[in-house]
Amino acid sequence: MSKKVLMKGNEAFAEAAIRGGCRYYFGYPITPQNEIPEYMSRELPKRDGYFIQAESELAAVYMAYGAGAAGGKVFITSSSPGIALMQEGFSFMCSAEVPTVALTVSRCGPGIGGIQPGQADYFQATRGGGNGDYKVPVFAPSNLQEGVDLVYESMDLTDKWRNPVFIFADGLLGQMMEPVVLPEQQKFVEPHEIRALKPWALTGYGDDDTKRNTIISLRIQPEDLEKHVEKIFKKYEQMEKELVRVETTGIEDADVVIVAFGTMARITKEAVEILAEQGIKTGLIRPISLWPFPYQAFDKITSKTKVVISAELSMGQMIQDVKLGVNGRFPVRLLSRTGGVVPASLEIAERTKKILEEMGG
Amino acid sequence: MNPVYTLTKGMLPVETIYCPGCTHGISHRIIMEVLEEVDMLGKTIGCGPIGCSVLAHRYMNVDMLECPHGRAPAVASAIKRVHPDNFVFTYQGDGDLASIGTAEIIHAAARGEKITTFFINNAIYGMTGGQMAPTTLIGQKSTTSQSGRTVEQAGAPMRICELIANLDGAVYVERVALNTAGNISKAKRAVRRAYDIQEKRLGFSLIEFVSSCPTHWGKSPVESMQHLKEKMLPYYPLGVYKEPEGGEV
Repeated sequence: MSKKVLMKGNEAFAEAAIRGGCRYYFGYPITPQNEIPEYMSRELPKRDGYFIQAESELAAVYMAYGAGAAGGKVFITSSSPGIALMQEGFSFMCSAEVPTVALTVSRCGPGIGGIQPGQADYFQATRGGGNGDYKVPVFAPSNLQEGVDLVYESMDLTDKWRNPVFIFADGLLGQMMEPVVLPEQQKFVEPHEIRALKPWALTGYGDDDTKRNTIISLRIQPEDLEKHVEKIFKKYEQMEKELVRVETTGIEDADVVIVAFGTMARITKEAVEILAEQGIKTGLIRPISLWPFPYQAFDKITSKTKVVISAELSMGQMIQDVKLGVNGRFPVRLLSRTGGVVPASLEIAERTKKILEEMGG
Repeated sequence: MNPVYTLTKGMLPVETIYCPGCTHGISHRIIMEVLEEVDMLGKTIGCGPIGCSVLAHRYMNVDMLECPHGRAPAVASAIKRVHPDNFVFTYQGDGDLASIGTAEIIHAAARGEKITTFFINNAIYGMTGGQMAPTTLIGQKSTTSQSGRTVEQAGAPMRICELIANLDGAVYVERVALNTAGNISKAKRAVRRAYDIQEKRLGFSLIEFVSSCPTHWGKSPVESMQHLKEKMLPYYPLGVYKEPEGGEV
């Protein structure tokens, strides 16, 4: 087994991407993810990779589009307002079926907001701000090892599906340190190897112009566009079957079930123990894939449960998916802090108790 | 019989969407002729724009992709990282390059990207229906400057070659025109020189083609060429704005 190393979240994510085969990174400074472009600028050139400090997040996302279209393995990162600027690119890449792994180290909004951890970009990540019918798989780690593993795996998933894959970390995960086991280094792909691995990629067709490739997004005939959208939605249907990830604990006989992801799930796990000491059985549903959302996990909640709580670092965004999962079987309540305020486990436990009392429990 | 004009392998034998008298066909052809002559059609990656030439990939016989409005220089910068031995170019109009894409073109040039930009300046937005561009001349009527562009309302037209030539990373910048056989020959020589500069990895190059838009200028093809000569060229002087030291490339 590989040895554990103590790393800062942002640097661990960057290293995981390189080890997953990322040879091309494009970034623009924004807090709290700056250690990633810094790490990439230092590490990639000496490991035969490429780093460009883009002039904006908009340029960065289209550098990713270019390198991805050319068959390169690409990683881009930003934080909330920067991701807002990249949204057009995610729509474009879904349309043109170009792979890229993108990671947000999310902070607080709206507007410039603040630089403390937040989850108010749940809609941004899962609903997207780009135009048109498209979807992007979103994975949300709640510790650094999980983040490392998800970034690493996503470098291949994005190629498999020819669709961007998104990792939702937050400022707390980006800035904290934890021991991680780093995965094996994947060999970087050389330019002359790309055509064989990705026959669709832009490489130059060589001597045979019947092998000419084009990558397009414009489909001006309505019937053509409809056909194409239906084609990419076939992929999304398949992703909904294959990419759902969730951790559930203690749901079956729970008095209350809390749904939380990322940093909020980390803290909620402690709250569950505090509540257990007080005789309150608390189940936890931790979505790891935010899209596709693990709606099926809610089917396991039994009639013993009085209320389902969506615990979020936002004014309540995931709660919409929680309600879809609950499908009217139980009351749903929000437990929220926002603006960068991260509640302690004791606060979550006390507020959960209060909600239970209000439900007559 | 000795044919004096034949199809180039660089252009696919299909009809284009371009209007009669539009010079896109000429700029497409001379770029593709040069790439055929240097035997690089199979080792080229083209980055198309948004605008009338969004469908350039249907006509140019090279690997190619569509880029979002203005972003082609960012896309091309990354493609060149993945395929450093390929010829990588962007083909962009004035709305694409001089308006929404100013950040990308300036920074690609500033970084000295080893790519080539072909900039089509016909002083108007074509595909969206004749709106004012950053390069629309003073007094020129468009659908968003219906009494003619004024400095007070919209500022003076932007001269892109002069702007880009100021950046150290840009090593070759030339403005050519597509209105006469002589100018077209010069334009083709400029394309060839830009190719050589990329091949030698000297830095960024930009060729501006002063072009026409009969449809939205409201002129016949012949009148358009007259307008290009009499109105466009005095404001957009032809010539080399930057070249490698010694000028041997």
